Amino acid sequence: MSAIAQMVPDARGRYGRFGGRYVPETLVAPLEDLERAYAAARADSSFQAELDSLLHHFAGRPTPLQFAERLTAHLGGPRIYIKREDLLHTGAHKINNALGQGLLVTRMGKKRIIAETGAGQHGVATATVAAKLGLTCTVYMGTEDMERQRLNVFRMRLLGAEVVGVDSGSRTLKDAINEAMRDWVTNVESSHYLLGSVLGAHPYPQIVRDFQKVIGEEARKQIMRAEGRLPDRLIACVGGGSNAIGLFHAFLPDASVKMIGVEAGGRGTTLGEHAARLAASSGFTGAQPGVLQGTYTYVLQTSDGQIATTHSVSAGLDYPGVGPEHAWLADEGRAEYCAVSDSEAVEAARTLARLEGIIPALESAHALAELIRRASRMKKDELVILNLSGRGDKDMDIFSRYV
Amino acid sequence: MSENFATSQSAVAVQPAGRIARRFRALAEAGEMGLVAYVTAGDPSLAASEKIVLAAANAGADVIELGVPFSDPVADGPTIQRASDRALRGGTTLAGVIELVRRIRTHSEVPLVLFSYFNPILQMGLEKFAAAAAAAGADGVLATDLTPEEAMEYRATMQAHELDTIFLAAPTSTDARLERIGAASSGFLYVISRTGVTGERESLPAELPALIRRARKFTTLPIAVGFGISLPTQVTVLGGIADAAVVGSALMAAVEKAASPDDAAAAVAERIRVLKSAARTGVSRRSSEAS
Repeated sequence: MSAIAQMVPDARGRYGRFGGRYVPETLVAPLEDLERAYAAARADSSFQAELDSLLHHFAGRPTPLQFAERLTAHLGGPRIYIKREDLLHTGAHKINNALGQGLLVTRMGKKRIIAETGAGQHGVATATVAAKLGLTCTVYMGTEDMERQRLNVFRMRLLGAEVVGVDSGSRTLKDAINEAMRDWVTNVESSHYLLGSVLGAHPYPQIVRDFQKVIGEEARKQIMRAEGRLPDRLIACVGGGSNAIGLFHAFLPDASVKMIGVEAGGRGTTLGEHAARLAASSGFTGAQPGVLQGTYTYVLQTSDGQIATTHSVSAGLDYPGVGPEHAWLADEGRAEYCAVSDSEAVEAARTLARLEGIIPALESAHALAELIRRASRMKKDELVILNLSGRGDKDMDIFSRYV
Repeated sequence: MSENFATSQSAVAVQPAGRIARRFRALAEAGEMGLVAYVTAGDPSLAASEKIVLAAANAGADVIELGVPFSDPVADGPTIQRASDRALRGGTTLAGVIELVRRIRTHSEVPLVLFSYFNPILQMGLEKFAAAAAAAGADGVLATDLTPEEAMEYRATMQAHELDTIFLAAPTSTDARLERIGAASSGFLYVISRTGVTGERESLPAELPALIRRARKFTTLPIAVGFGISLPTQVTVLGGIADAAVVGSALMAAVEKAASPDDAAAAVAERIRVLKSAARTGVSRRSSEAS
């Protein structure tokens, strides 16, 4: 691995100037415990072997890297490969991290896990892992998200998890994280906070990235096998940014591989209408570096430092902050970030359904929409890998409203 | 106890002692435990907060913590969450809270601590914030989600403006952390009584005295204990072990119930009088035990 991949994070959890650990004092010692437990697990080959076994037999790894023949022909641009994380058990990449942290929790001897969820995919993955490993599980979810992702609420409850609705703030992912943090700070001795994205205080962004980087490691081997060379571009949606980091990480040393992160452009560029933290160059306003929920990163906020409300049709992208490693990759110019609108995402989902027989999650459809937008400007011999981070079953209510 | 204050006096004697140090010294000399009152600024308005703070000070609050409302108060329970919501809906900004400090300072010498989450301070800019807060008459700053490890520049900037930096110590803090926290703090050390968020509780945890004793090994600063304190009996118990009790949610619950700013100020003052009286009792009990 080259320097760039090993540079971050440093010992203090910094990705360049981003990241760090901004939490009430009560949480520092547990975060230090987690850091130590994770370092020990990472050095233990039996931990990795157990995780690999679960990822294979329980979750269904490796996932295919599928050549999207009809989509490629339709767009008339680059050769498009789709990394099929949607085929994983529970329907999204979230299970990779939930299994990793779940095993870590059993090593730490804790019996209860707390999670937040936006679209419900991380909540479902966590509830699933809790059931599989015999842990009790409480999931916090904004009431607006409970409404728009109802199916996932039923799934979590069926799996034995307690789902607690959060009615404060914008009643979405950010507020669910606040409530999960309050639970954790109260029950810190007995419970582990199973954070679902590359967010929060150190070491979470690193732990979640490490459990998701299998996506890119597989894709790298698969594309070399299929095409005999590296891809020219990677494209993935970015809410907190775990599926994007998961795909990008293994390619960071490969300078020829361009990376594109796609945020939620929502229904407009003014603050409150979108969730685009890194796409300021496309005219989206309101993002400034700041501290939100444990980390220093780009945050959508008012000039007075209050966190802004956000909008996206996709609950999983509807968040005012972004993983600190993405903030760093954006500042370094290593990855490019842009945003697509609600309606572009819905339209892209329809295109993929009809051309490839795959109904993507609305989150993943954002990445696809950006690819569709720029395909005509790309060369026919270019190779692109699109991360299809999740399947769209959960989004049927929303799709039906857009038809 | 007297030993603690003696050392802290010599430590602060190097710099001109601020209002916070002077107040704790006066309390020590009088053999009294202090009472720190937390008030969310701007709930329901900044004008109301001015009345509430002045009433609290007149009723015997030794230090006022002015809470800067924040959209995402992860360390706070429901009462202060609602207070913050009301304050933000009323248009309260950090600049407005600093202006409130200035107005209070024209009427009172009560020590004032700005109690904020870090992001609003960061957005104003550390230097601009510190200069404005100091000029307005604030005495110290506590940033809830800032620990000494992330606070190098913050501490230097606050110190340059002679603002005390108060940090939190928690039941989960290791000895190594308590040492770091003690070294980074000035004015007083704020010990969180329990794991969890702010809010009223029935009793104090049994482990609290041991935590305070542990903290004293690493600092000579006065120790204020907060989180979950609302009842006179809790304050009385603390009298044996702490230098001050912090009360917050109980005051903001009274503000929430009040029909007008004047009622809110009167209700808060009444609470302060009862708790301050308990604080005095607590100390006399400790003195008699010690002798």
